[in-house]
Amino acid sequence: MTTTTPPLAPEAEVSEPAKPSGGKPRRGIGTIIVRVALLAMVLAWTIPTIGLLVTSGREPDVVSNSGWWTVLSSPLDFTQWTAQNYDEVLTAQGMGNAFLNSLVVTIPATVIPILVAAFAAYAFTFMKFPGRDFFFIMLVGLLVVPLQVAFIPLLQIFGEIGIVGTFPAVWLAHAAFGMPLAVYLLRNYMEGLPGEVIESAKVDGASHFVTFWRLIIPMSTPALAAYAIFQFLWVWNDLLVALIFLGPGENEVVTVNLSTLVGTLGSDWHLLTAAAFITMIVPMVVFLTLQRYFVRGLTAGSVKG
Amino acid sequence: MLKAINALLAVLAGVGGGFALYLILNWLVERLPGRWEDRIKPYIFIGPAIVFVTIFLVYPALRTAYLSFFDDDGEEFVGLANYVDLLGESSFLNALFNNVLWLIVVPAGVVIAGLIVAVLADQLSTRGENTVKSFIFLPMAISFVGASTIWRFVYAFEPEGRPQIGLLNAVWTFFGGDPVAWIQNDSFRLNSFLLMVIMIWLQTGFAMVLLSAAIKNVPTETVEAARIDGASEIQIFFQVVVPQIWSTVVTVFVTVLILTLKIFDIIYVMTGGRFNTDVIGNRFITELINFGRDGRASAIVVMLLVAVIPVMIYQVRQFRQMEATR
Repeated sequence: MTTTTPPLAPEAEVSEPAKPSGGKPRRGIGTIIVRVALLAMVLAWTIPTIGLLVTSGREPDVVSNSGWWTVLSSPLDFTQWTAQNYDEVLTAQGMGNAFLNSLVVTIPATVIPILVAAFAAYAFTFMKFPGRDFFFIMLVGLLVVPLQVAFIPLLQIFGEIGIVGTFPAVWLAHAAFGMPLAVYLLRNYMEGLPGEVIESAKVDGASHFVTFWRLIIPMSTPALAAYAIFQFLWVWNDLLVALIFLGPGENEVVTVNLSTLVGTLGSDWHLLTAAAFITMIVPMVVFLTLQRYFVRGLTAGSVKG
Repeated sequence: MLKAINALLAVLAGVGGGFALYLILNWLVERLPGRWEDRIKPYIFIGPAIVFVTIFLVYPALRTAYLSFFDDDGEEFVGLANYVDLLGESSFLNALFNNVLWLIVVPAGVVIAGLIVAVLADQLSTRGENTVKSFIFLPMAISFVGASTIWRFVYAFEPEGRPQIGLLNAVWTFFGGDPVAWIQNDSFRLNSFLLMVIMIWLQTGFAMVLLSAAIKNVPTETVEAARIDGASEIQIFFQVVVPQIWSTVVTVFVTVLILTLKIFDIIYVMTGGRFNTDVIGNRFITELINFGRDGRASAIVVMLLVAVIPVMIYQVRQFRQMEATR
């Protein structure tokens, strides 16, 4: 479980810092086999995505009559390239609207749980009160609960107050579903902060509220960022919650739009590939720029339900 | 545009309102006599988080368990009928069987693929290692729906005589095979295995990151000592390295196991559960959305929940142990 890996462990990075030399054995034939095996894996992990990207920029009739890899023989023949697929997907197929909806869903669904969880994490770390262990263990247990258990009653509740299919329904659902992980992650981080700082603030007469806001929040930035990126990617890439509480239609998000297109467009690959790439672009950018933080969040919170 | 403004307002209202709520409650509590202030304040800090999970997770979970004993309109008590019906249907048993296959193949596949990359890349220069790992890790940013679309294209099928635009069929026919409709071919559950490939492809990066970190924490002396004693590299790996990274292997395995148990998106997008590929996560959605059978859908999630309980207990126990050593 996550609990066997210290949260936000600095050693868990995709990129390792340069290490002292001499640790790596090098042998002739072995090295070649290792290199070939790794090359094969890297190709298997990249080629499918490259195929998607290439296809999304090709003319419809060439897409259906030749494999995307045939462009490798004449990549500079510009008559085969087009932006038409993107144009059609964004406008006629509703991906533009869905893209906007995804932003509208994702940003509040990321920010709201952070605020609420930060207060709770502070109390769990720095305050003593009856029921503290009970409530925290409840949250730890909830980490692995499948979200599906909540759907049917929530649909009834949301139906009664009339917000099914609207943004507040997904904001609330995602905020709640992300809460156990957020509290768990932030509390584990705050636990590692130097206790003397908090003690001296108390001696100086600072209230809990001031200590929290002036001291703990700024000191917890790495953990807050890690969770923010984790939750952002999770919500953006989510299909299940969006499908249930927003559904297809005017308010649909990119994942729902894409899954509908796969059903309706079948083998119009020039459009499907463009649509898929649009859904991927934001997480890819977030991921590539903030990979370090993302990995930390992932390492610490790998059991999200 | 209007939508964007609305969202912005929601963030401001949500965060501003939330913060104001804490401020006001905090102010009120500070008016109380000292002893009461200290007693009540913690609950104001944890209150909103606890209220959130209680309303949106704990209560619904209990209510779902309750509904699973009622008919599909939630009106008439039917006892165990939903469970008995489901477990008596061959289509549901088939979905269960597929789930078990997923649970056996995917976590093991992810751990093995992640270990291979972590171990082999460790032999390269630091720069080479980082490059390789970045490529393997990148799919972690891709949604299940996006990855399913990518792989649907790899598995694309055109009738014989037409150019094959799907990579797998292109390679297959290049070596002399007849084009295969991979996704519809359920002999030996071939199509289910091809769907599992997508999940392994997505999750290997995660396993790699954790396992690689664990391998680098293995003290060099233990490896060197074994080497001096004349152990082969393979012996060193299985008898010296693996025992020292075992807890991480378990972590990765269980994490992927939980994710796999609830797998839904890939099947929903690729086949909709047809061609013998259904799993219970997808069956739940079918019962709920397509048929509106709340009772049966509830029974399905309760089965999921029961399957997760051992993990939950393990998780809490691990946490307690960690707290004890803090």
